[in-house]
Amino acid sequence: MGLFILKRFGVMILTALCLTFVVFFLTNLFPNLEKLAKTQGNARMTDAEVVSWLDNNGYGGPMITRYGQWLGVVPGWTRTDEETGEVTGRCIDFGMDPADAPRFCGMLQGDLGYSTVSDDEVSNIVGGRLLLTGKLMGWVLIVMIPSALIVGVLAGMREGSRLDRTLSTASIATTATPEYVSGVIFIVLLASSTAGISPWLAEQGWIDGRTLFLGSSRSAMDDITFWNFTLPVMTLALYGMGYIARMTRASMAEVMTAQYIRTARLKGVSFTKIVLKHALRNALIAPFTVIMLQIPWLLTGVVIVETLFNYNGFGWTLVQAASNNDIELLMSVSIVAVIVVLTTQLISDIGYVYLNPRIRIS
Amino acid sequence: MDPITWTGSLGPFLNPLILAAIVVFVLGFLAQLVLNFAGVKPGEVQINPDHTLTMTRSANDYALMAMKYAVMLFLACVVIMIIGGIVQSDLAAKGIIGGMGQQFLPVWIALIVIFALSINFKRKLGLYGKLFDSPIGMVGFFLVMFWMLTAVFANMIGTHGPIDVISQMRNEVPGTFLPNPDEGDYLVYLLGGDNLGRDVFSRMVFGAREVLKIAPAATLFAFMVGITLGLPAGYFGGKFDTALTFIANLVLAFPVILLFYLLVTPEIVASGIPTYMAAVLFLFPIIFFVILFNSRYFTQPMTRNIYIAITLVIGGWLYLGLAWDLDPLGVISMPGNILIVFVSVVFVNSPTVFRIVRGIVLDIKTRDYVAAGQTRGEGPWYIMLWEILPNARGPLIVDFCLRIGYTTILLGTLGFFGLGVSPESPDWGSTINEGRRLLTIYPHPALPPALALMTMVLGLNLLADGLREESLKD
Repeated sequence: MGLFILKRFGVMILTALCLTFVVFFLTNLFPNLEKLAKTQGNARMTDAEVVSWLDNNGYGGPMITRYGQWLGVVPGWTRTDEETGEVTGRCIDFGMDPADAPRFCGMLQGDLGYSTVSDDEVSNIVGGRLLLTGKLMGWVLIVMIPSALIVGVLAGMREGSRLDRTLSTASIATTATPEYVSGVIFIVLLASSTAGISPWLAEQGWIDGRTLFLGSSRSAMDDITFWNFTLPVMTLALYGMGYIARMTRASMAEVMTAQYIRTARLKGVSFTKIVLKHALRNALIAPFTVIMLQIPWLLTGVVIVETLFNYNGFGWTLVQAASNNDIELLMSVSIVAVIVVLTTQLISDIGYVYLNPRIRIS
Repeated sequence: MDPITWTGSLGPFLNPLILAAIVVFVLGFLAQLVLNFAGVKPGEVQINPDHTLTMTRSANDYALMAMKYAVMLFLACVVIMIIGGIVQSDLAAKGIIGGMGQQFLPVWIALIVIFALSINFKRKLGLYGKLFDSPIGMVGFFLVMFWMLTAVFANMIGTHGPIDVISQMRNEVPGTFLPNPDEGDYLVYLLGGDNLGRDVFSRMVFGAREVLKIAPAATLFAFMVGITLGLPAGYFGGKFDTALTFIANLVLAFPVILLFYLLVTPEIVASGIPTYMAAVLFLFPIIFFVILFNSRYFTQPMTRNIYIAITLVIGGWLYLGLAWDLDPLGVISMPGNILIVFVSVVFVNSPTVFRIVRGIVLDIKTRDYVAAGQTRGEGPWYIMLWEILPNARGPLIVDFCLRIGYTTILLGTLGFFGLGVSPESPDWGSTINEGRRLLTIYPHPALPPALALMTMVLGLNLLADGLREESLKD
């Protein structure tokens, strides 16, 4: 088992290195750097000025060295201004004596760099944003997992029954409704003052405000309430739910045809007891993997939902960083995203081995 | 003039019926749910001693029956409304639904023809014919064909051009009359105007064309890439397999949205990366067909040479035109922003297809008929392409349907973030994105494309489900 984890860990690090290099490569392509130079420096720079600006600010030199600097395995660049003798460098913060600056300052040293657009240290930005998204994800998982499992178990316990057909079709419908569609429908139905059910409810005097839920979650960044946070959570949970429910259903249906369930039935155990005591535990092994692998999928959803509902979390940061070509911020965002993806994969692999008594890795 | 109503002249008669149908359906559903949990079992068929059958009905059955008739009543009302729209000549009498029903007339005719022919000859049509045995599959097929035909007949269905602007119609509600229509103009905006004063209905219709131009083709390319790489990876195994699987996992570990944001930008198009990616990815279909024909007609060099020559000429022509924009005849080309969208979608989808194909091959290659082929002295590529691949078609067809749906969702996501599409493009993702800014005040511009996308993907999913069910039956 130890060796297995070690091996998986090695592959994981290799994957992370490859992926971050790809992101680095794509963000540091010359047209992107040119755009950066023109936004940071002067919009009317000539080509020669762009090249010299890039050289002065550490964007010159081969790509692989700069990637090494970002990673923290190659010493950060330094440059002495020929006229003033001032020394600038990657690791030299503003106002710092060049002699005190560390030689290496990259991801491995915990220095994530500086966001050129927000004018702030990347680590300051990413932390807060991650917390916001963490809250959103937490609520989504709390809503999504139990409801998906219940739907899946109910559908799978009597395969082919009418309940199964209804629930399966409903799960198919939710997987066919991407977040930007369900979000729009929910806003119109529940959070619009002119359409949907809110005007009617307000007329009846059943709700205090003008709408049942709030169509924007900006206020949820400070204070989460049922009113401002239900719609984003519902939108995100719904899309992921269908897939998990279908997997649970398949796994449950398979377990229900097993010999030991038949034995229990013939012994006269009640159906409820069979489902809860005998079938459920074995049926939940496969969904565990699916749930773990669903988390990276939620990432795309998070980006959409945060944009749709104006919630300035991690996904929103990704959109901002990418559309403004904020290289260091984008690199950190992608590092986080890649780590999330790879960790969930690792956990799902290990968890599967632990949960499933039939698999032994010696 | 007041906007026309949704149901037109038939409204006073049909509206109560539709409302009643919905109420009965909801009540029946709730009653059935309560009865189920209360433990009331549906009635059973009993065999009497004199060999006749008696069917007992419980309350549960009556609830279901009510639901069934409610659905039938609802559908009948909708059909009457559409027929009413086609028959009546006055726009106000047609109503919005009737007006739309009339615009969709070519689609209805084509659908009726397709369904009538297919159901008549379903026993002779293999897996496609079996689809018409499953109600879910039929509904899915209906929805998919509806949007396919809409895309085909978009010019006849659309009432206005997708980018025609009438500024007085900005944000007007569905059914509003044009302020001063020219001769031959359609008199109303059926589904209202968007924030620039364009017709929402026509944009939705032309959006179907935009989406269906890319999604099936991109999925097909992804399948070509996935199959061409997945077959040898699964069949030969070894280092080749390890390397390819690692690369596939690499792409799969990449957050899709980040990849799109990095790839689909004007700067990347300027750097020429999409062209190189297209150059690699578009090679695979040619390789696939060359190997396919070579392994099949290996023993007949003459036939083989003809087939391969045809493949190379046509494939090479398309390849030069699509990937390098170097078509010597100047017929085939792809704009840079569409190319990058196409390439990224293929790039994101092919690793998954690769994994599926590899998994299936790993399973099938242990079968006896593969061993028999090997003993007969068949070459590995012949076995892969002509023995294994045809036997893997079931799951692949099902996944193909699902994947078109997924690709449609991806394209919508790209449009939603305004990536890679021209700002005026009527594709559904961009239209939703434009409509969402004023969503709480004017919901009508964003809803039609959202529902269109949803029904189309739902149709593809149901179609896949029906196909899976029917292919598992034998």
